[in-house]
Amino acid sequence: MLEINITHYLVAAVFLFAMGVVACVARRNAIGILIGIELILNAVNVNLVAFSRYWGNLDGQVFAIFVIILAACEAAVALAIIINLFHGYGTVEVDYASRMKE
Amino acid sequence: MTAESIQAVVFYALGAVIVISCGIVVFARDIVHSVFALFFTLLAVAGLFALLGADFLAVTQVVVYVGGILVLLLFGILLTGRMPLVLGLTTQRTYWLATLAGAVVFAIVLAIVTGNEWAPPGGQTEPQPTVEALGKLLLGRYLFPFEFASLTLLAALIGAAYLVRRDDR
Repeated sequence: MLEINITHYLVAAVFLFAMGVVACVARRNAIGILIGIELILNAVNVNLVAFSRYWGNLDGQVFAIFVIILAACEAAVALAIIINLFHGYGTVEVDYASRMKE
Repeated sequence: MTAESIQAVVFYALGAVIVISCGIVVFARDIVHSVFALFFTLLAVAGLFALLGADFLAVTQVVVYVGGILVLLLFGILLTGRMPLVLGLTTQRTYWLATLAGAVVFAIVLAIVTGNEWAPPGGQTEPQPTVEALGKLLLGRYLFPFEFASLTLLAALIGAAYLVRRDDR
């Protein structure tokens, strides 16, 4: 138990992923959903870096860098969309906004 | 204390931080509390990267996530205003269902993760400084994806600025 191996890191990543899924499903606030997506992307990065370390191969870390870049892009665009949503509907609650359309 | 036991202690400390702060991130009523808890989650993940010997990625995680995305999220909350509590609360039932779904996902993936051997024995080498090797990879084998990523960043920047422009056509 005292020796840390790759499974420990993978379990930590699974926990982050599951929490991200819960945040995506349960949150009504669009920013809360965005936070859930960030948690999921972080879980992926932990997996990539753990595999990169235990297989002695740096390609996983390069992939993690690309994931971070795309997460930054995604956060910027998503927040722009959320602010537009707020201007259009006066709320960032996704349930409420989708009901307003009808 | 041997190196292994120090590593184990650090790992479990980071794991505890992740578990507690993740719980606050997901279950906090107030979205601002959730964002502040996310700060600790991201820092703990950076700690995991450092523990895995990925020095460059640990620093990048702190700079991009904590310095960039977190501030962006806070700006988003400030600009969209806090919702009145009636709308801000999710119904209890939705939360229970979502937690149940998350637990099922966790159990399934956990069974897969713990039931298999994921690394070759002895594949782990001594941690080396990664910056030089990463730079060579990014400007060598991964040059095209790297340039494409910069183009994507530019497009996202312009797109975001266009989306939130003032409406004075």
